[in-house]
Amino acid sequence: MAINTNIEETSPELERLKKLYADKGFVVTSINNLINWARTGSLHWMTFGLACCAIEMMHVGTPRYDVERFGAAPRASPRHADVLIVAGTLTNKMAAALRKAYDQMPEPRYVISMGSCANGGGYYHYSYSVVRGCDRIIPVDVYVPGCPPTAEGLLYGLLQLQKKIRREGNIKR
Amino acid sequence: MSEQIEMAKAAIEKNCRLNDINVNLGQLQLSVDPANLIQIIDFVKNDPSCEFKQITDIAGVDFPENKKRFEVIYHFLSFRFNLRLRVKTQISEAESLPSITSIFPAANWFEREAFDMYGITFTDHPDLRRILTDYGFEGYPLRKDFPLTGNVEIRYDEIDKKIVHEPVKLQQDFRNFDIQSPWEGTKYLDKEVKESE
Repeated sequence: MAINTNIEETSPELERLKKLYADKGFVVTSINNLINWARTGSLHWMTFGLACCAIEMMHVGTPRYDVERFGAAPRASPRHADVLIVAGTLTNKMAAALRKAYDQMPEPRYVISMGSCANGGGYYHYSYSVVRGCDRIIPVDVYVPGCPPTAEGLLYGLLQLQKKIRREGNIKR
Repeated sequence: MSEQIEMAKAAIEKNCRLNDINVNLGQLQLSVDPANLIQIIDFVKNDPSCEFKQITDIAGVDFPENKKRFEVIYHFLSFRFNLRLRVKTQISEAESLPSITSIFPAANWFEREAFDMYGITFTDHPDLRRILTDYGFEGYPLRKDFPLTGNVEIRYDEIDKKIVHEPVKLQQDFRNFDIQSPWEGTKYLDKEVKESE
């Protein structure tokens, strides 16, 4: 069982328990680590494909990059999702829909902003109809740069998000 | 194919009131007055030597210096004769064009787009409202006097819990870089070469 342990590993009490139960088929860990393990291992993402970035987002789910080996699977409904991937140009007209989708997601929820357009408007920064960064509409956890980012890049972004959850993840959020 | 063009051209010339007709790059091009538009489009659709049964697009162009500011160009395709046709017409800002949705139902959204982008109005259109821009958008973005960055920008207001519109405030002004490819020879280099000669 690949559990990331960071704080309690040093506790002598925990070490004693671990030794006591290890050969009896039990694994001992803190509840915090267990929750973080569950959260990072099932990051179902809400597909919010808006432009060409969506193609790379599809690639990340296919066998070559196979993000499902990290327990992540695409979800068509925001009510099933843990992470929202904003993939592409967010226009003014779409902004309200994005916020609506985000508001429907259950806590804990995370947001990955994918590509230049979602990060800061990108190529369309000076346009009359494009939001200059999706962080004007929803809070963003991880920014993935690129135009579009490779599937590998998005995968790395997802791993960074896992890292972030492990670092600051808590039952209370 | 040139035979078909000549036949279609002859038929249109004979039956329509045109300002101009010519064949350019193997495609027919008409210039017409807005008053004759309906009759001409109805004719080219139904005439047996034309049969332009398909509308490809309606385009708009803005020439602010012209008295008749807008040019509207209708593109048609004749599947039967493998021909294409452009119909050009000009109107001023105050005028409006007759809608051709009664002849081509597909023109509905094209006309809505022209209205959205240029503010060109079409009389007798069944549902003339904006099609592409944001709900409550003001102005016509493809007019030459529309500012590139528009007039409003949006953000989500955490207190009001809704998306708010505010006047545009750019962190950095738009810059128009004039960078030419060094492989094609730049203008300033041409000048230097001439001077050295």
